[in-house]
Amino acid sequence: MTDGTGEAAPKLEMRNVSKTFPGVKALNNVQLKAWGGEVLSLMGENGAGKSTLMKILSGAYQADPGSEILIDGQPVAITDPIAAKQHGIAIIYQELALAPNLSVAENIYLGQEPNKGGIIDRRGMYEGCRPVLERLGAPFRPDTVVGNLSIAEQQLVEIARALHARSKILVLDEPTTALSSRETERLFALIRQLRADGIALIYISHRMAEIYELSDRVSVLRDGSYVGTLTRDEISAEALVKMMVGRDLSSFYKKEHDPHGSRGPVILEVKGLTDGGKRVKPCSFQLHQGEVLGIAGLVGSGRTELARLIYGADPKAGGEVFVEGRPLHAKTPKDAIDAGVAYLTEDRKKLGLFLDMSCGENINIGVIERDCRTGGILNLLRAAERSEAAFRALRVRAASPLVVVGSLSGGNQQKVLLSRWLETGPKVLILDEPTRGVDIGAKSEIYRIIDELAKRNIGVIVISSEMPEIIGTCDRVLVMREGHIEGEVGGPGGAPITQENIMAHAAGVGMAA
Amino acid sequence: MAKSDAVVAGTPPASAGTPQSSGGAGLSARQVQMRSMIQALGMLPVLIILCIAFHYLTDYRFFTGQNISIVAQQAAINTVLAAGMTFVILTGGIDLSVGSILATAAMAALIASLIPGWGMLGVPAGLLTGLFFGLLNGVLIAFLNLPPFIVTLGSLTAVRGIARLMGADTTIFNPDLPFAFIGNASLFGVPWLAIIALLVIIASWFVLRRTVLGMRIYAVGGNPAAARLSGIKVWAILLFVYAVSGLLAGLGGVMSAARLFAANGLQLGQAYELDAIAAVILGGTSFVGGIGSIWGTLIGALIIAVLSNGLILLGVSDIWQFIIKGLVIIGAVTLDRFRLQGSART
Repeated sequence: MTDGTGEAAPKLEMRNVSKTFPGVKALNNVQLKAWGGEVLSLMGENGAGKSTLMKILSGAYQADPGSEILIDGQPVAITDPIAAKQHGIAIIYQELALAPNLSVAENIYLGQEPNKGGIIDRRGMYEGCRPVLERLGAPFRPDTVVGNLSIAEQQLVEIARALHARSKILVLDEPTTALSSRETERLFALIRQLRADGIALIYISHRMAEIYELSDRVSVLRDGSYVGTLTRDEISAEALVKMMVGRDLSSFYKKEHDPHGSRGPVILEVKGLTDGGKRVKPCSFQLHQGEVLGIAGLVGSGRTELARLIYGADPKAGGEVFVEGRPLHAKTPKDAIDAGVAYLTEDRKKLGLFLDMSCGENINIGVIERDCRTGGILNLLRAAERSEAAFRALRVRAASPLVVVGSLSGGNQQKVLLSRWLETGPKVLILDEPTRGVDIGAKSEIYRIIDELAKRNIGVIVISSEMPEIIGTCDRVLVMREGHIEGEVGGPGGAPITQENIMAHAAGVGMAA
Repeated sequence: MAKSDAVVAGTPPASAGTPQSSGGAGLSARQVQMRSMIQALGMLPVLIILCIAFHYLTDYRFFTGQNISIVAQQAAINTVLAAGMTFVILTGGIDLSVGSILATAAMAALIASLIPGWGMLGVPAGLLTGLFFGLLNGVLIAFLNLPPFIVTLGSLTAVRGIARLMGADTTIFNPDLPFAFIGNASLFGVPWLAIIALLVIIASWFVLRRTVLGMRIYAVGGNPAAARLSGIKVWAILLFVYAVSGLLAGLGGVMSAARLFAANGLQLGQAYELDAIAAVILGGTSFVGGIGSIWGTLIGALIIAVLSNGLILLGVSDIWQFIIKGLVIIGAVTLDRFRLQGSART
């Protein structure tokens, strides 16, 4: 673990950066050095502090006193996003910050439109951004409306904007999440070109393969602290996971339920389920009692959409679903819930929780009708019992179930949401990214809960983009690609569940990662 | 044992859950109690200050039995409309048509009251008229997914037209109204209008806080997508709240018909929806839905009534009454946002 290249002053250095939010220390003495002409990858679990660090760099947050940011060896104060821009820092977030109704050139010049006496100089604008678009090999014109471009092309517009502003430090935050493999290839070629041009690139990603392919060095954060930096020849999946998780995988994930011996009868059967081929091509699979079945695949491969079809959240165009052999025609989520299928949504804030309501109300919302007295009058006693019991069972860290759920940390919010579904007494539980945005402690507890549910003979489906999670928790894994089930690993007699086997299916055979 | 130790090894220290560090683990029980008390109290201090101020400014004419009774009567109809509006706004919607529905219901009540021997039919006629138009709003919003603002803006105009049509654009009059006691008599010294308003508030509280339906109304308002995925029939909830708003506007129509012995399709209930919305907002109910209480609405409606009454007692001109009322509403809500900073959404 060294500082990498031998150059004197790094392009960007962040020294002893701390950030305290009321009650939480989000960053604690974090170090970061990035040189021009190299790709520094930044890794860490969700909640490790990567985005907080980048928000400090971009001027969105102010670091605590005592933190230092140096550019070319000179201390600078990044008090707001404009200052960050003036210091040559550009950040391209997952959610692109473009105005879709404006043209490419207008977006590139946004905030500094060339004008003559207040009248916009459109021609000057188009001419001005042509060189940078050519340099990037952009396949669109300056006057194209951004909303008509693909995500990959929009990303290119963002990069063009950064280059046009003469940025020397470019941060890419999970840039490949929404890209196809070909688009990813093109982006990587571009990143290498920018590196050759002497730009300091900071690359944030969860995908081990990308880290491996691109990085000159990797810095790792864990729970807001700086763990260390690996140089090119030190990078390995095992070393990185150990740094991110803080211990070996074997103790982090545990399977107490017997993966194959306890595998009971089929509890969920899906036959040719499809939404008409838009996002989900006909899919068939079986889920057994007490089995943890993973669904892996790249984002956009149709995993969530398949789950939503089973659950009745979206209308299906064909196929059948059977729960314990009985056909389930779920037109709405309520039908699925009544049949014993529960679905923990991927985005808990947007699609899961009622953030302004209490934990207790959030836990009980699925069963209040079952518990109620005649006339739909709430059984408050029963509700209080349920939420108290759920708090104990899942070790929710909050003062009481009366607390508004929105004020909890991600991990505790997730446990509350999980409790809601457990209270409905599901036979089949679909967990979509169950540990996204959850701190590492809660994460291991959620794994423990998954294991326990399998022991209680519930059929569990885990959809996840985090490979270690899939490998660590699941008995069998379906791999989806472009809307269909491309392959299966694990299970009795199946290929072993390894990253290579899963990636080979996810990327399409012949393109093994 | 060793295994379970390993699993929790990554958990933060136990102190994370104690009240001292509220950041990641939420508020302490005491903070929660404080906050819910503050929210329940809401605008009560403003109401009390207004009452006391008017009492002294008007040379002790405000707190008299007679004047309080007048205030209660003035507040009653708006309270009933605002109660229905609370249901709607809690789901993140709006009902602009209540004033027009009130006028139509009052016309229907008076027309029915003129049927010889069956005059009491005026009451159900008014209520059913209100319920009908409320359901119509609800069907358009719940099943056709139209924006509530636009649907009820349309019915604001269309239903007003129907009100005028019903009376052939004249004032309907019934000096022998069989249910006139509703608007003019008292029970143990309390005006019937006030009793009805209070009963509506209590019933609303019960529905919102003690029934499955009520909890679902808050859920739909707080997060409609999550509500659907939790198995809630969002359309049924929307249909219900607009039906309630219509029904209560119908009740308001019966109340005002009973008070006036007359109804005019053009003039009655003009701009009533604005007072009802103002009462709900003064009461601290969030405009985006999911947060609010019916007691706040009651206090909001009382503030509006006290303001009107106090300014009249002071002899302030009609024009200035408008200006002062508007400013007080804006000022009170500003104060409220300031007080609940960080915890409240607009």
